[in-house]
Formats: sequence, C-alpha cells, structure tokens
Amino acid sequence: MKKFAVILFAFVVMSVSTVNSQETIKLGVIYGFTGPIESLTPAMAWGAELAVSEVSDSGALLNGASVEVVRADSTCTDSAVATAAAERLVTADKVNAIVGGDCSGVTGAILQNVARPNGIVMISPSATSPGLSVAEDDGLFFRTAPSDARQAQVMTDILLERGYPSVAVTYTNNDYGKALSDSFSTVYQAAGGKVTINTSHEDGKGDYSAEVGALAAAGGDALVVIGYLDQGGRGIIQASVDTGAFETYILPDGMIGESLIENIGDPLNGSFGQAPGSDTQGVAYLIEEGAADSIDAKAVFVGESYDAAALILLAMQAANSSKSIDIKDHIFAVANAPGEKILPGELGQALTILANGGEIDYVGASDVELIGPGEASGRYREIEIIDGEIETVRFR
Amino acid sequence: MLDAAIVLANFVVIPALSYGSLLALGALGVTLVYAVLRFANFAHGDTMSVATMMAIYCTWWLQSLGIDFIRPLPTALLAIPFAALGTVGLLLVIDRLVYRHYRQAKAPPITLVIVSVGVMLILHGLSRMIIGVDEQRFFDGGRFIVSAGEFKEWSGLKEGLAIKSTQVIAIVSAVTLMAYLFYFLQRTRTGKAMRAFADNEELALLSGIRPQKIVTSCWILVAVLAAVSGTVYGLDKVYKPFTYFQLLLPIFAAAVVGGMGSPVGAILGGYLIAFSEIGLTYAFKRVAGHLLPPSWVPDGLLQLISTDYKFAVSFTILVAVLLLRPTGLFRGQAS
Repeated sequence: MKKFAVILFAFVVMSVSTVNSQETIKLGVIYGFTGPIESLTPAMAWGAELAVSEVSDSGALLNGASVEVVRADSTCTDSAVATAAAERLVTADKVNAIVGGDCSGVTGAILQNVARPNGIVMISPSATSPGLSVAEDDGLFFRTAPSDARQAQVMTDILLERGYPSVAVTYTNNDYGKALSDSFSTVYQAAGGKVTINTSHEDGKGDYSAEVGALAAAGGDALVVIGYLDQGGRGIIQASVDTGAFETYILPDGMIGESLIENIGDPLNGSFGQAPGSDTQGVAYLIEEGAADSIDAKAVFVGESYDAAALILLAMQAANSSKSIDIKDHIFAVANAPGEKILPGELGQALTILANGGEIDYVGASDVELIGPGEASGRYREIEIIDGEIETVRFR
Repeated sequence: MLDAAIVLANFVVIPALSYGSLLALGALGVTLVYAVLRFANFAHGDTMSVATMMAIYCTWWLQSLGIDFIRPLPTALLAIPFAALGTVGLLLVIDRLVYRHYRQAKAPPITLVIVSVGVMLILHGLSRMIIGVDEQRFFDGGRFIVSAGEFKEWSGLKEGLAIKSTQVIAIVSAVTLMAYLFYFLQRTRTGKAMRAFADNEELALLSGIRPQKIVTSCWILVAVLAAVSGTVYGLDKVYKPFTYFQLLLPIFAAAVVGGMGSPVGAILGGYLIAFSEIGLTYAFKRVAGHLLPPSWVPDGLLQLISTDYKFAVSFTILVAVLLLRPTGLFRGQAS
C-alpha cells in the first residue's frame, strides 16, 4: 500500500512538472454542437480553432506557449447542461478562458454560474440579447457580436427602405427571441412602421399551422421570423408557404443558413434579412482557409468566432500572463485604436508587436470595435435570397 | 363573403379535417385495444412512432432503388405495407412477451395500463436510439394539389386556398380504413366475434370463440392503423419521436370524448378535438374583415386563446368530458 502511494505521488509530481516546464494554454470553446443551431456551430468552432492554431504555430505567444482547444456542448437551450459543461471546462480541463457561449440564454447562465465565481474571461461570438449589456459581469464578459438593440435598428432601416410599412412578427420563446422581438417592435413602430402581431412560437413542435393561422389573420406585408433555422423558425416558414399566408420573410441572424434554403426551396426567393458581418479584407483570409477545410467561412458568426479567440490570446500577450484575472483589463486595449491595424492571418505579427511593447488595433474578420459594456458596435451584412443563394446586398 | 369562406377553409377547415382524420385513426387504435383487451394503451403514440420509423427506412430503401412509378404520390405510400407488416410483428411479439403474461394472470386493468406505460417508454427509447431524436423528412413527389398562388389566379379572389397532397392522402386513407374497419366489424366472422368478445367476454368464450384469435386480430388491426396514421402524419408534418409522444394526448382526448370502446365515438372525437384545437386558437380577424363593413372590423385579432395553449384545449375537453359525461358521447365503457 505504501509503495503504491509512493508511485502515485511520483506520478503526480511528474505530471505537474511536465505542465510547468512547457506552458500549455487551454481555451474552452462552448457552443451548441447539438440543438437548434447545430448546423451553424461546426463552422463557428472551426473559426475559433483557426485563430488558436495560427497563434500556437507562430510560437510568439508568451515565449512559445502552445494553445489547445477543449470543446464543450452548450446545447444552445438547456442552461443546466451548459452550466455543467462549462463547469467541467473550468474545473476538470482547467481552461484559461472561454470562447462562448453561443445562444444568449445559456451564455447568461454560464456567465453567472461559472465565469464569475471562477473569475474566467469569456467572449461570446454570437450571444446578442440586449439583456447581456447590463448583466453583472465583473468585467469578465465580452462579445464580438453586437447587441440585438442594434440589430433591431438595422432590421427597421432595411424594412422601411425596401417599403414594408407593416409586418407580422413571430419569435422563438426564449431570451434571444423575446428580447429581439421586443426591441424590434419598439424601434420599428417609433419609426412609423406597424407591427400587426407579435407572438411567440415553441421550438420542436410537429405542426405550426395554428401559429401561422393567427399570423395570417393579423396580416402584414411580410413575416419577421425571429427563430432558429433548424427548429420552429423553419417550421413556421414551411407552414406559411404551405398555406400561402406570406410571401416574403425577414430573416435575422439565427435564420440564415444553407439548410433553410435546402429545406424550403424556391418560395424563399426574395426574402431578406441581416446578420452580423463586415466587408473587411480579413474575411477573404477566412474564406481561403475555409475552402481548404471545406468550411463555409461566410456563414454567420464564423468571423466573430475567430475574433473572439484571437482577442483572448492577444490580450494574454498584452498582459504577459495567461490568467483570466490579468487579461480582462487588456481586451479593450487590443481591440480598439490606437495601434497597428491587425487582420486575420496577421496574429503572429500582432503578438510580436505586443511583445515589443507596441500597441495594436485588432480589426479582425468582423471589424471589431468594442463599445460600452464590452460588446461589438455592430456591422451588419444585409442579405437577400436570390435564386436559392444567400447574396450579400450591402453592409450597414 | 366568398373570401371569408376561403380563408376559413384554408386555415381552419382543411388543416382540421386532415389532422382530425389522423387523430381519428389513432383514437380508433386506442379504442379497439380498450374494447377488446380492456386497458388504455398508452404505448399507442410510440407504436405509431416506431411504425413510422420503419416506413422511413423502407422509403429510403425504395428511393435508393429508384422506384418512383407512383409519382406524383410520395414513395412513402409504397412503404406503408412493409411498415404495417413490421408493426404487426412487433405488436405480436410485445403481446407474447409482455401483455399475455398479465392477461393470463387476470391482472386488473390498471396493472395493464402501467405495463403499457412501460412499453411506451421502451418503444420511445427504441425509436430515439435507432433513428435519432432529430426531425426526419421523407416526403417526395408533388407537394400541392392546389397552391395558394394558383388558386388566386384561377378564381380572381383576394384570398388563396392551398390544398396539400398529404392532406388529401390523410383524409382519403382515413376514410378508406374506417370504411374497411366497419365492414370488418359488422360483416366478417372474426369482426363479429371481436364485438361479441368486447361486449361480454365470458359469454363469448362459452360460445366457442377462441380468445387468442381475437387478441391477435385486434393487434393486427391496431398495427395497421398505427402504421397508416403515423406515416401519413409524418408525411404531412415531420417525423420526430418526441412529437409522436406528444400526440398521445389529443389521441386519448379523442377516444375519451367519443366514449372509450366505441369506434364511431373515436372518429367523431378525433374531428371534434382537431376542430376545437385549431378553431379555438384561430384568429378570426381576417374572416371578420371580409364579412363586416370596414368600420365595424375590430382592432383585436378575435382570437379566443393564444396558440401557445393548443395542447391545453385537448386537456380541457378531456377533463370536462370526464367530469360531465364519463362514458363519452357514445356511451362507451366508463373508464
């Protein structure tokens, strides 16, 4: 028994000493790999991992530290599961910081239950609920996606410019859907538009004809579908196409993806919407890298995801520490002016500048500019579905 | 006036008719088991789910063989007979392994009900494990018989009417099956024996009716009903194990409203539940807009309850019937 204990002790000492001799930084990536946005998350995680491998391969981070990613499943909807997964990342995998979560509800839960108690920095690429702007975060929470208060404004502008003065709104019954639909109807009505009905739908039902019946009865020039493309949002559009209730659909960020077009087909032509995105040259680098791994880097939140991981690693270099508690105060400094502008693919260069005491202004794939409580100011890509393709019309 | 009728037909009557037909088929399955085997079969929803799963695999197989001579009808219709056969096998095996033991032990009905809950959980788990929890689409062929746009052009009306091919398939297959079921129960020897067995088990046994034959033919009928209603529901909406699990509630409500054990009651109950679910949650504003002079049209939606409460409608009807008329509309056996 004593001998066994000695061997065990020796093992523990050995494993601890190997960790110390060569620093390995771990980043947790917690997205909904199962659940309502599971068709979006693989590309998003790829984006984060691209930034990580770029930094790791450069060897310039904290005198040659290597970085690895630990993935975890947030499910997008189940806060309890997401919290447990994040807890595991922090306590068992001992991650230095977290990229994620993805959906607003689970992100809020992870922030309050895991990130704040453990003092872990988290940067979400896709949680857009306005509620997160005012959540208590001890300065630990940032997002490379803008708040939906901004999306509501952009959606209003697009609708009124295209000449749609009255719309029906349906939203998925959760934090994200409720918040975006509320801020949208406030902004839209203040700008002179008319919301005929603003009603929720539940995800995961077999049949949405009753919901669509109510929406059709209220009428409107188009239907705003604030939901998820693999879930109720798709069901609503399908039922509406089947009954001929609406002809044009407005698709916010959660609804834009190839799988929607595959499932609905031609009736979707002429619908339009918006998703966070920008026209920086940085996107080109992601698209090129994505083509090699057969990933569509133009998909929503891929650039934001790359940027979230990059910001964490750059802040580590600026703070000269891999600890969350040290890096949280450097996120703003690396994200905003002044400094050398940094695009995707130039992370190694950025690390060298920081190591030499210089300053950087990270632009990234989504034109990162952090404002107020640590969220992106918000560049949006206006898209339209033309002949079964998602075409970018302009940037706002 | 005509516009109002079209709106109502498009959003209430046609969806409710097709949904009601499928509920009626489901309720018939529940009511048959109740009449003949004397217990409420909670496993029926998931029997439908497993049957549909078989139909989906068959459809994929047929599609991979390139069999499409029934276009524009969906390939899945060809798969239904295979699925029905598979379901018959499944139910007979379950009966042999599970229910027969309790029948021979003369277990009280409530024991069998709990046993059927166990079977339900196992079948539910089975379908989730084999095909997965995600939505499956297996519809192919022509989607519409009349689409809203075409109808508007053809009729010159302001409102469109869409009739999906799957809605017609649902109604036609339900009516055919019901007709056959009544023919079977009223005219054939086995059907008459089944009714006799349901009315008075001891008397039936004394007159020389073999109980095993009755039980077997009952499960065969239930399996066919489950395969048809499950597959057609999946074609019309979408297949997902959890939705079939949820279907159990309206199906039971339909069976109870009509009177447990009464086939006519089950059919009427199915349509009643479907029309109240859809009718009570429908916003009648647009209908009113076509009927009333513009100044009279109210600003509200004229919606009795929000669509979120759709399932509550079946619950409420269920509770009301159990309180006021426990035997149901058609005097089935009190449960």
